[in-house]
Amino acid sequence: MIPTEYYLFLGSGLFAIGVVGVLTRRNVLIILMSIELILNAVNINLMALSQYFKSVDGQVFAIFVITDAAAEAAVGLGLIIALFRNKETVNADEIDLLKW
Amino acid sequence: MIELATFITLSTVTLVSAILVITRRNAVHSVIWLIVTLFAVGGIYLLQHAEFLFAVQIILYVGGIMVLFLFVVMLVDIDVALKQARFARQWQAGLLTTILLLGLLGYALYNHGLGLNLPARPMASAPAQNTQAVGMALYQSYLLPVEIASMLLLVAMVGAVIMAKRKME
Repeated sequence: MIPTEYYLFLGSGLFAIGVVGVLTRRNVLIILMSIELILNAVNINLMALSQYFKSVDGQVFAIFVITDAAAEAAVGLGLIIALFRNKETVNADEIDLLKW
Repeated sequence: MIELATFITLSTVTLVSAILVITRRNAVHSVIWLIVTLFAVGGIYLLQHAEFLFAVQIILYVGGIMVLFLFVVMLVDIDVALKQARFARQWQAGLLTTILLLGLLGYALYNHGLGLNLPARPMASAPAQNTQAVGMALYQSYLLPVEIASMLLLVAMVGAVIMAKRKME
């Protein structure tokens, strides 16, 4: 039986790596992938606490998070395709139309 | 003992491949490493006896979302991105912020015994059939959220089609 804390530590580590990816990378595609990492960290936490409380509610919520990830990937990748068609770039630093 | 060894192996693979995801220059390599990460996370689900989530992770994440990612990465021009700098100008600030965040999370988890003040573990044993239990929960107590999730997927599908369409005539 692995202590629940270990899973929570793993979840925080994966979350932090995802946050670093979102904050530091310039490629929009890799920023989206980092968001997937963050969602997986959340799922690890949900799963660990679901096992801790001996209830499947956490697993049901993890399924909803995966549904959300699928919807987010579809819309995000559609946005990236539209962006690439209009601006010929996937570099987040060059997408500054809304900056004043 | 062997359970702990499996956990340590899986979490090492998860963290190392996650670091490789955010440091590779080529986006295709990032996708491949992300697939490794997702497999390792799936292994962690299996370790926690969540067989249904393991199957969902493999079929939906690795089989569906990652193929979609690979498709789009191949579609957009990667030769230009290969020559540009990998990290944004503010990468030091981002790294510092995250190290502070990780320190805070680690302090909260480590110093206060779980930090969350979890109540004592209930003694009720876990349901024997994981898939059956998840299905019961999904279609009985979570019926309305399931419907909302299906609506969300429909809206996302329509939105993605409209986004990627060439021109609205």
